[in-house]
Amino acid sequence: MAFYFVQFLTGLASAASLFLVASGLSIIFGVTRIVNFAHGAFYMLGAYVAFSLTERLSGAFGFWGSIVVAAVVVAAIGVFVEMVLLRRIYHAPELFQLLATFGLTLMVEDLVVLIWGPDDLVGRRAPGFKGAVDFFGQNIPSYDLFLIALGPIVLGALWLLFQRTRWGILVRAATQDRDMVAALGVNQKWLFTSVFALGVFLAALGGALQIPRDAVHHAMDLRIIVEVFVVVVIGGLGSILGAFVAAVLVSELNAFGILVFPTISLILVFLVMAVVLVVRPWGLFGKKEAPARRTPGLTVIPWRPLSSVERLASLAALAFAAMLPFVSGNYALNVGAEIAIFVIFAASLHFLMAVGGLASFGHAAYFGLGAYGVAFLAKIAGLPMIVCLLLGPLLGAAGAAVFGAFAVQLSGVYFAMLTLAFAQIVWSIAFQWVAVTGGDNGILGLWPEKWAASPSHFYWLALGVSAVVVSALRLITFSPFGYALRAMRDSPLRSESIGINGKRIQWTAFIIAGTTAGIGGALFAYLKGSVFPDNMGISLSVDALVMVLLGGVETVPGAIFGAIVYKALNIWLVSQTDLSKLVLGIFIVLIVVVFPKGIVGVVESVMHRRRTAAPKAAPLSAKMEGAQ
Amino acid sequence: MSLGVSLLAVEGLSKSYGGIHAVRSVSFMLQAGEILALIGPNGAGKSTCFDMLNGQNVPDSGRITVMGEETTGRKPRDVWRLGVGRTFQITATYPTMTVRENIQVALVSHHRRLYDLWSPMIGIERGEADRLLDLVGMAGYAERPCGELAYGDLKRLELAIALANHPKLLLMDEPTAGMAPRERVELMRLTAKIAREQSIGVLFTEHDMDVVFEHADRILVLNRGSLIAQGSPAEVRANREVQAIYLGEGLLYDARHREGAPA
Repeated sequence: MAFYFVQFLTGLASAASLFLVASGLSIIFGVTRIVNFAHGAFYMLGAYVAFSLTERLSGAFGFWGSIVVAAVVVAAIGVFVEMVLLRRIYHAPELFQLLATFGLTLMVEDLVVLIWGPDDLVGRRAPGFKGAVDFFGQNIPSYDLFLIALGPIVLGALWLLFQRTRWGILVRAATQDRDMVAALGVNQKWLFTSVFALGVFLAALGGALQIPRDAVHHAMDLRIIVEVFVVVVIGGLGSILGAFVAAVLVSELNAFGILVFPTISLILVFLVMAVVLVVRPWGLFGKKEAPARRTPGLTVIPWRPLSSVERLASLAALAFAAMLPFVSGNYALNVGAEIAIFVIFAASLHFLMAVGGLASFGHAAYFGLGAYGVAFLAKIAGLPMIVCLLLGPLLGAAGAAVFGAFAVQLSGVYFAMLTLAFAQIVWSIAFQWVAVTGGDNGILGLWPEKWAASPSHFYWLALGVSAVVVSALRLITFSPFGYALRAMRDSPLRSESIGINGKRIQWTAFIIAGTTAGIGGALFAYLKGSVFPDNMGISLSVDALVMVLLGGVETVPGAIFGAIVYKALNIWLVSQTDLSKLVLGIFIVLIVVVFPKGIVGVVESVMHRRRTAAPKAAPLSAKMEGAQ
Repeated sequence: MSLGVSLLAVEGLSKSYGGIHAVRSVSFMLQAGEILALIGPNGAGKSTCFDMLNGQNVPDSGRITVMGEETTGRKPRDVWRLGVGRTFQITATYPTMTVRENIQVALVSHHRRLYDLWSPMIGIERGEADRLLDLVGMAGYAERPCGELAYGDLKRLELAIALANHPKLLLMDEPTAGMAPRERVELMRLTAKIAREQSIGVLFTEHDMDVVFEHADRILVLNRGSLIAQGSPAEVRANREVQAIYLGEGLLYDARHREGAPA
C-alpha cells in the first residue's frame, strides 16, 4: 500500500513541471492563438541555463536565485523571439505558425549542443531538499514534496493574476475578443509580448526546476512538448485549470502505467486521451473553438485538371527522369530513388493538407508503419518482395484507420497536436517494444530481390511507383470524392447541409493518405535495407510538412516540386555541415515569413496574372471579412 | 390548401440556454407551395428556431415533422436528404471552387456519388448545374471563382445550391440581408416564382418588412421565444400586440400599409 502511495506522490511531483509548461502554452494560445511548438525548446533552455548558473553560484541563495534568473533570462529570449518573428505571423494560417515555431525548436536544439555539448548534464541537488522522507519504509525525496506543493501554489498565483490585476483582466478580455480589446485602445503589441513572456517564463521555470530530478539533455524538448500537447488536448487548450488537472492525470497515468505495462506505458495515456476526445472533443475544461481561419492572404486560383499540353509535358519529364541510369552512377541513382520515395510521401501529406485542409504533424507514423509492415512480412513471414510491397502499406492503412477515426473529430491546431501525439506513440512503441521491433536497433537485412537489386532497377521501381501514386492522388483530387473533401475544408456548415457526411469523408481521406505514405515507407525500407524507429519520428513528419509548404500548399502539384527541391537540398546540406538542424530551422522560418506561397504557388500566380491581364482575384481574407 | 399531411409541422418546439428561454413552445404548420415568413425583433429566437428545423441545433422538447416523417434531433445531412434545402444568413459556399463546381458538389451528393474516386468531376452533372445557374439568373458565371463573387450573387448561388436536390421545403435565413434594395426585391421575386412553379414550401426570416409583406402568404411573429401572432399579412398588420412590440416602434413599413390599404 505504502508503495502505491509513494508512486502516487512521484506522479504528483512530475505533474508540477508538466503543469508549468502546459499552462504557459495555454496562456499564450488563449491570447495570441499561436500554438507555440517552441515551448519545449524554452523548457530545455530553462534547464540548461539554470544548470550553468547553479554550477557557478553557490549556496542556497545561489541555487534558488539561479532557478529564477534562468527563467527570467529565457523569458527575455522569448520576448526577443516574439518581437522579431511572431509579430510577423500572427495573421498567418495556424499551420505556418506551428511550422515557424518548430523551426525555432530545431535551431535551439543545434545551438544547445553547440554551447553545452551533446552529453547529459547532471545538476546539483536543491539546497534544503537533499534528503528523503521515510514513509512506512518507502523513501520520498523531499524535493518531490516541494514540487507537489508548488503546483497548486502556481495555479493559485495565476488565478489571482488573471482575476485580480488590471493586466489579467486585459488578458482575459483579449482571450475572448482580441479585436475589441484593440479597439478599446489597449496596446495590443505589448499585451501579446507580455503574455508571451509570462508563458515562456513558466516553461523555463518548469525546465529549471527539473535539474535536481533529471539529467539535462538536448532531446528533452520533444519529449516534453508531446506530453504537453497530450495534456492540453485532455485539459482543453486555453484553460489553466484544465492544464493542472490534465497534468496530474497524465503524470499519474505515467507513474502507474509503468507498473501495469512496463514497456509501453504511453498506451495508457493514449487510451485515456482517446476516451476524453470521444466524450469531450474540446478537452475536459476547454470550449469549442470557432471554425479555424482559412489560409487568408493567399490568392485563390481555382484548381484545374491538366490540359493536354501539360499532360504531355509531365510525361516528357517522367521519361526524362527515367533516363537517369544511362548518364549517372550508383550514388546519384540512390539519391534519385530516395527523392522519388519522398515525392510519394509528400504527395500523400499534400492530399490530406491541401485538399482536405487537415495539417497532420505526425504523418511519418504511416510512412514508418509501411516500412515496419514490410519488415515484419519479409523477416517474420518470409514473404517475397512483391507481396511485401503490396501488403506492407496495409499496416499504414490500419494505423491511419485507427488514429484517423479520432483525429478527424478535431480540426486546426487540435488536429495537428493529436496527430503529432499519435505519431509519437507509434514511435515509442517501435522504440520500446524491443522483442518485436528490435527497438533502437531496428530490423536489418531487408534487401530487395534480384530483379530490383541493382541501383538502376530499384530507381525505376521507385520512379514508376511514384508516378502511379502521384497520378492516382491527382485523379482523386479531381473526382467527386476530392471535391467533397475540399468542400469540407472550405465550409463544413454548407457541406453538412447538402448531405455530406464530412467526418467520414475526412476519415476516408486520412486512410488514403496513410496508405500512400505507407507505400513510400515500404519502398524506403528496401532502399535502406533496414527500418528504424526514426522512420516514424517527428523530424520526418516535419520534413514532409516543409516539402508541401516549399512546393506550395495552395497548389495541386506543389508537393512534387517541394519534395524534389527539399530532399536534394537536404542531402547536400547534411554532407556539408554538422549544423543541419540549425540551417533547416532558419530555412523553415524564412519560408514561412517571406515565401508562404511556395515555389509552384509563385509560378502559378505569375502565370495567372499574365493570362488575366487585369488581376481580379482578391485575397480570400478580404472576401471572407467582407462577407461577414 | 390541402388538408392532408402538412409539408412541415412544428409542435411545441422549445429550447433554452441556461435560464434563457430562446424558443418557447412554438407550433405552426407549412403547406406545399406556401411562403411563410418568420419575423420578430433581434433576439426573438428566429435563428434558434431555424437551426432546430434543419438539425443544426437540437430542441429540448417538441416535435418537427417533415412530410409526415419526424426529424426532431436528426442531423442536417439527414434532414437534407428528405428534401429540405437551406440558405444561411451569412452565406456558406466554397470560395476556392468555381460557381459551377459549387453546384456540382451538391448534385453529386444528391446522386450519392460522393465516394466516386475516379470519374473526373468536370463532366459530372454539368448540364444540370448550368440549368440551375440559369434558373437563378447566373448563366454567365459558371467559370468564375466563387471567392470573387459579389455578395448578392453569393446569395443567388446559395439558392441554386439549395435547389439542387429538388427540395420540397426551403429554409432561408434572412435571404436578403446585406443586399441592395433592388437586389432584395429581385431575389425574393425569383424565390417566389420558383416556389410557386415547383410547389415548394418556403420558410424565411426577414427584417425588411417590404419584402415580408410583398411575398409572404402568412406571417409568424416571434417575440422573446414565443409566437405572439400568426396569420395573413393583413391580420398580422392589424394585430395590436404586434404593432406595440414590433411594428409600431419604427417606420418599418410604408405609409400605404399603415393606412390599411390592400397590399
